[in-house]
Amino acid sequence: MSDFVAQFGAWGGFGMAVLQILGFVIVLLLSLAFLLLMDRKVWAAVQMRKGPNVVGAFGLLQSFADFLKFVFKEIVVPAGADRSLYLMAPLITLILAFVTWAVVPVAPGWVIADINVGILYLFAMSSLGVYGIIIGGWASNSKYPFLGALRSAAQMVSYEVSIGFIIVTVLLFAGSMSLTHIVEAQAGGFWNWNLLAGRALIEDGWPMFIVMIPMAVIFFISALAETNRPPFDLPEAESELVAGYQVEYSSTPYLLFMVGEYLNIVLMCAMTTILFFGGWNPPFELDVSGWPYLVSSLWFFFWFAIKVVFFFFMFAMVKALVPRYRYDQLMRLGWKIFLPASLVAVAVVGAYIVYGAQG
Amino acid sequence: MSRISQAVRGALLMDFWSAFGLGMRYFFKKKATLNYPFEKGPLSPRFRGQHALRRYANGEERCIACKLCEAICPAQAITIEAEPREDGSRRTTRYDIDMTKCIYCGFCQEACPVDAIVEGPNFEFAAETREELFYDKAKLLENGDRWEREIAKNLELDAPYR
Repeated sequence: MSDFVAQFGAWGGFGMAVLQILGFVIVLLLSLAFLLLMDRKVWAAVQMRKGPNVVGAFGLLQSFADFLKFVFKEIVVPAGADRSLYLMAPLITLILAFVTWAVVPVAPGWVIADINVGILYLFAMSSLGVYGIIIGGWASNSKYPFLGALRSAAQMVSYEVSIGFIIVTVLLFAGSMSLTHIVEAQAGGFWNWNLLAGRALIEDGWPMFIVMIPMAVIFFISALAETNRPPFDLPEAESELVAGYQVEYSSTPYLLFMVGEYLNIVLMCAMTTILFFGGWNPPFELDVSGWPYLVSSLWFFFWFAIKVVFFFFMFAMVKALVPRYRYDQLMRLGWKIFLPASLVAVAVVGAYIVYGAQG
Repeated sequence: MSRISQAVRGALLMDFWSAFGLGMRYFFKKKATLNYPFEKGPLSPRFRGQHALRRYANGEERCIACKLCEAICPAQAITIEAEPREDGSRRTTRYDIDMTKCIYCGFCQEACPVDAIVEGPNFEFAAETREELFYDKAKLLENGDRWEREIAKNLELDAPYR
């Protein structure tokens, strides 16, 4: 890439970045279409149904048909709604969901912006996601979306606190806020993943997996709450609380909300993968230095994708299996269990870094 | 003690894992889905679907315009007018069923002394306009011609129980 910049100057670099972003977005959207289908297929299978199977072979084109359906429907803007904000809210959600992906490394060097505070950026952008929901709920000028938006905002803010502390434990292990460094620090076999923290056990004799396995689980559950997925889908509990902030939305704006939501879900799967399950690292170290660049990159990307799809499968299974939490249970879990647990974990990992780690 | 064991169960996500196991068992079970437009479920011989007027084997229509079906119809969906035909036999000149009124109770076929009006096995007769559901004699006779084999088979299967 640097040759390219040298050849074409700054504009070459700019064009390269645009191409990279375009490629990333297209791949992301295409894989999202199939992940959506997978979601529905998994729920269907658990309920002994077949799921969508008419559009295309095995229903593979269902998401595209749904896309066309959404786009060709009428956009209903409620009377008295703040028109510009009403239409902006889904865009905010979608754009923030896309922008967050800029720092996610999917293979060595395959990242749009490898900034050294990547995880802070990621955390900040996913926190901003609340705005799309609050604006959407408020601009609808209707009481149910407004109440739904408040519920949703309170929930996302609560769980961000514990997610923040869990991320701190990982940061302490890697000693860096760059997602690429965090992944590289977990190289060398599955026992080195942050989930098991094998290096701490082997080199220093500190069994840190006792802390990190619960942290991974708590992170996953917090991710469910953060993305408003069942069993924490109170913001849009369609069966008893109508659809929360989305009540008044239809057609393309609704589609944008949904795509943004699913992008966030996939992002959370990617985060779980990167923070606890070694990112692109295969479970066993393989010498790929002799392989061509593209092949070795795809090899690492394959492992990253496999892990992300696995966590997406877990997201879908959780939705299929777990009944919805009550609002007070949700808050109790977030503030009384996850927050103290992750605080203790930060203290323990800090103690390990100060007293246990060599060098 | 129970609170402690409950807390341990919760912390280890025992409930979730057992549910996950159950979910995976169902995941690979045979699907209960019927692939509807391509596959159809079994129907009883007594199934009461779309109406039809039957004919004898020689092509003569069975209905003798006794108007028992019209009389018994609880929804008053049937309208019959009759007069003698040229050969002197009594036949209907008009036999209308308003399918939007019909409640598919099957009383008409119970009342019929000559098995002329029957409710056949067809249940896929949705129409785009209301007018298409006002069946006249020609439409009913056409239904009878189209579904005669199935109707005759069903009547035969159900005969021992009547």
